[in-house]
Amino acid sequence: MDDTTVAVEHVSKKFRRGELHDSLRDLVPALVRRAVRRTGRPELAPREFWALDDVSFTVGRGEALGVVGGNGAGKSTLLKLLGRILRPTRGAVRIHGRLSALIEVSAGFHPDLTGRENVYLYGTILGMSRQDIRRRFDAIVGFSGLEEFMDTPVKRYSSGMFARLGFSVAAHVDPDVLLVDEVLSVGDLVFQRRCMERMREVIRQGTTVLFVSHNLRAVNDLCSRALLLDHGRVTAAGAPAEVTQAYLLASLAGRRDVDGRDAHIARITVRGADGPRTLFQAGERAWVDVELAARTACERLSVSLVVQDGNAQQVFDTSTERLGQRPIDLQAGGIFRCSVQLDLHLAPGTFHLGAILKRYDIEREYDRWAPAASIVIESDRDVRGVANLYPRVVAFEPGPAPPGSGRP
Amino acid sequence: MTRGVSGRGRLARWWDLVAMLAWRDIRIKYKQSVMGFLWAILMPALVVGAGVAVQYGLGWYAGRQVDTRNLAAVAVKSVPWAFFVASLRFATNSLIANSELVTKVYLPREVFPVAAVLSQFADFGVASLVLIVILAFTGVGASVALVWVPLLVLGLVALCLGLGMFLSAAALFFRDVKYLVDVVITFAVFFTPVFYPVEIFGRHASAALLNPVAPLLVGLAGAVVGGRPPDPGWTAYALGVAAACCAGGVLAFRRLEPWFAERI
Repeated sequence: MDDTTVAVEHVSKKFRRGELHDSLRDLVPALVRRAVRRTGRPELAPREFWALDDVSFTVGRGEALGVVGGNGAGKSTLLKLLGRILRPTRGAVRIHGRLSALIEVSAGFHPDLTGRENVYLYGTILGMSRQDIRRRFDAIVGFSGLEEFMDTPVKRYSSGMFARLGFSVAAHVDPDVLLVDEVLSVGDLVFQRRCMERMREVIRQGTTVLFVSHNLRAVNDLCSRALLLDHGRVTAAGAPAEVTQAYLLASLAGRRDVDGRDAHIARITVRGADGPRTLFQAGERAWVDVELAARTACERLSVSLVVQDGNAQQVFDTSTERLGQRPIDLQAGGIFRCSVQLDLHLAPGTFHLGAILKRYDIEREYDRWAPAASIVIESDRDVRGVANLYPRVVAFEPGPAPPGSGRP
Repeated sequence: MTRGVSGRGRLARWWDLVAMLAWRDIRIKYKQSVMGFLWAILMPALVVGAGVAVQYGLGWYAGRQVDTRNLAAVAVKSVPWAFFVASLRFATNSLIANSELVTKVYLPREVFPVAAVLSQFADFGVASLVLIVILAFTGVGASVALVWVPLLVLGLVALCLGLGMFLSAAALFFRDVKYLVDVVITFAVFFTPVFYPVEIFGRHASAALLNPVAPLLVGLAGAVVGGRPPDPGWTAYALGVAAACCAGGVLAFRRLEPWFAERI
């Protein structure tokens, strides 16, 4: 049996910038213009652009595909094409089985209706029958944790409650293909964790999931595969770790426009005892060299150094000011060098380094370049997370723990 | 592989959606209003009242006694007319009003205008019940001709559905349509024999009956008040137009649907 549930074949989507003629008055001249120049229309008319350009991929049953990319890369367009909300300009989208989308929950709710009524309304919109909803009603409400508010109009809900109820309905539709667009960030921490667990469960049950997110950690956690979109094209596809890596590297290689800045960070390099490199052993010593350049005279500057983990979450930061250094004063056209020594007590994985150039007293930010460089940490101990606490087992035998180590 | 969808047909899901959206519209309309569902009776009652006032006015001007039968006929025509007007207005706006859903979730989009007409039909049903009770009391009543009523009402609903689908799609592309519909509907009451008998047009009565709503209303009044079957020719014409409208509306809607999300 063919296990492909989603097939996207050479899909392109063209959009137009600016306003479309929306009233009859504008239509008539537009039609005339179109009738006049019928021949030889170019592929892309002025103001048109490809939101997606020849995108192809397939997703198998029970697979979770993460889609990452910057704003305007075409992620939402892709989801809308998959959800049949838009139709591709070229190419074809094939979906086998029932599809449901977890896209901005607010759409299905009506503020004047109560929570209970909205569960039925939104459930029906997402394709459940009345009996389906009745059967799952308790599960849905239980999941949302909003039992007491079921008879309150949702316009009196907080935005978090609103989103929680919406997610709870959508998470119980039980489709063959589920599209998720950056909705896991709703609710408090407990609810977010519950959402992640529910997503895992849905994937385990054999649902195909397409997951669009800026939360790279979630993509890495949930997805078995990922693809990177950049200006409508697939620029990387494969294991989530590699793709999210490629995304971060691509964003760090992005054009840095320093022209208008009074002072900027000209260079950031990482080196070991033997010179510049990217591979380090856990606990090894590294030096980060930051070069500053000024266009006009700037005074009282400080340099902050930040370290981010592979998901672009900040895990460490320091600054020359906090390290007790004097403020930096730069002449017009001046250059300044600052090297910081770091002991890399980090868990194995990829980390990114960057720097921020600020003024000491007023919080004016002259330049921010993070991430600017990447390093890979290796360790002989299999620890996970961010920090490396170098664990060593010192007791491993039957018997009670030493006094004072129990719960208070 | 197709879990869930296999058990239930497309049609069942389609109907679920229409019913749910219509229910939502009805629910919202009467929520937080003191009168609540009484509005469903009051609105047509006001229209009937206006019609009766016009009748009295005309009668006074012509110096004739006003006939209760004439008043009953006005009432029987005003209630479906109110339904027609409300349906068209509501259906025309249905896609724009649900733009969030049109752009975010995939639904068979024709459910919006259909649900709009259905929710107005619920009001029409309530108003009709009240009208039936009143007519029964005034002694205007049952005859064999009543068997024609469902067919005529069906024709009216078909007309609403066809026009509603076409206009909702058109309004989505050109907001002008909304205003045009408002204006046309406001003045249409003068050119449709709602508040007066069609005979008032004299030699031009046929011209007035070209408006497909007119034969249906005249037929309804005749069947309910006069106890006579509707004119076969004009009724066939009106039903034919209604059917054509329905077919045309569905076709146009289908053709335009792929662009809805982009052009809204």
